[in-house]
Amino acid sequence: MAFTNDQLERYSRHIILKEVGAKGQKKLLNSSVLIIGAGGLGSPAALYLAAAGVGTIGIADADEVDLSNLQRQIIHATKDVGKPKVLSAKESMEAINPDVTVKTYQTFVDSETIMDLIKDYDFIIDGTDNFPAKFLINDACVMAKKPFSHAGILRFQGQLMTYVPGEGPCYRCVFKDPPPKDAVPTCKQAGVIGAMGGVIGSLQAMEAIKYILGVGDLLTGYLLTYDALTMEFRKIKLPQHVKNCPVCGEHPTITELIDYEQAECDGVL
Amino acid sequence: MFITVAGEKKEVKDGLTVTELIAQEDVETPQYVTVSVNDDFIDQKDFENYALKEGDSVEFLYFMGGGR
Repeated sequence: MAFTNDQLERYSRHIILKEVGAKGQKKLLNSSVLIIGAGGLGSPAALYLAAAGVGTIGIADADEVDLSNLQRQIIHATKDVGKPKVLSAKESMEAINPDVTVKTYQTFVDSETIMDLIKDYDFIIDGTDNFPAKFLINDACVMAKKPFSHAGILRFQGQLMTYVPGEGPCYRCVFKDPPPKDAVPTCKQAGVIGAMGGVIGSLQAMEAIKYILGVGDLLTGYLLTYDALTMEFRKIKLPQHVKNCPVCGEHPTITELIDYEQAECDGVL
Repeated sequence: MFITVAGEKKEVKDGLTVTELIAQEDVETPQYVTVSVNDDFIDQKDFENYALKEGDSVEFLYFMGGGR
């Protein structure tokens, strides 16, 4: 497949990079990324991946756009309030880049649906807002041997890590089980600064792009934390292998997906 | 003795345990924090008896559930 003149111009700042080039841009166009959650993290991730020319982008979210989303979920606009988030996200992505095929899944992501959802994608982005979903995505990606980017944001803080099968710890190696309902604060209870989604979601897009291109070092075996108030990024080294991890360890005890109880105050996916 | 906590060098009393450090550092939701010492995770049940040594590097990893 040769580039059209429009594509050569559109992707010129990529193609000129030695780490990307025409070859890398083709890799991006032939790649697929699934974003679970079209919100604070998913918005910037989806916009940058669409702009970058990731050929197929899946977006999963069961919700509709709410006025309280617009402080941070920049893929949606005021006119979209009430519209399914996946449709609003699709329109924004297609408006940026007609090269991209956007697949929408207006569905709850649970143990019944997730394996089917992730199976055709090269990389998964966790943009969810609750622990049941975060653990489900981790376990499903470990079981299906899919790489994914985990992230969480709260108040003025954010963190992310990348899982690549066989190349380092998974989310459950670090956090064994979801905390009980209401044990740790959620964004709805404690708030989150809107631009935090922009910082961390963009970093998730960066990890997806680097994974697809096969360049640089991913956040495998590290948790990157960001504190906006002190303006400190810290790359915390994790154990390379956690033997007793219940899902990716030597003798896994979790061999089936689990639907944990949803905290009442959280939005559901 | 000196240890490093979240990247910062600190003087603490000799033999300080992980539980004592958690209290001293005012860790939010201490029962749900993951602790690593020199890049290895410490089991929650061992916090109380785990005595830190000179030069140890301790990290606290927090649950962060937000995203949408």
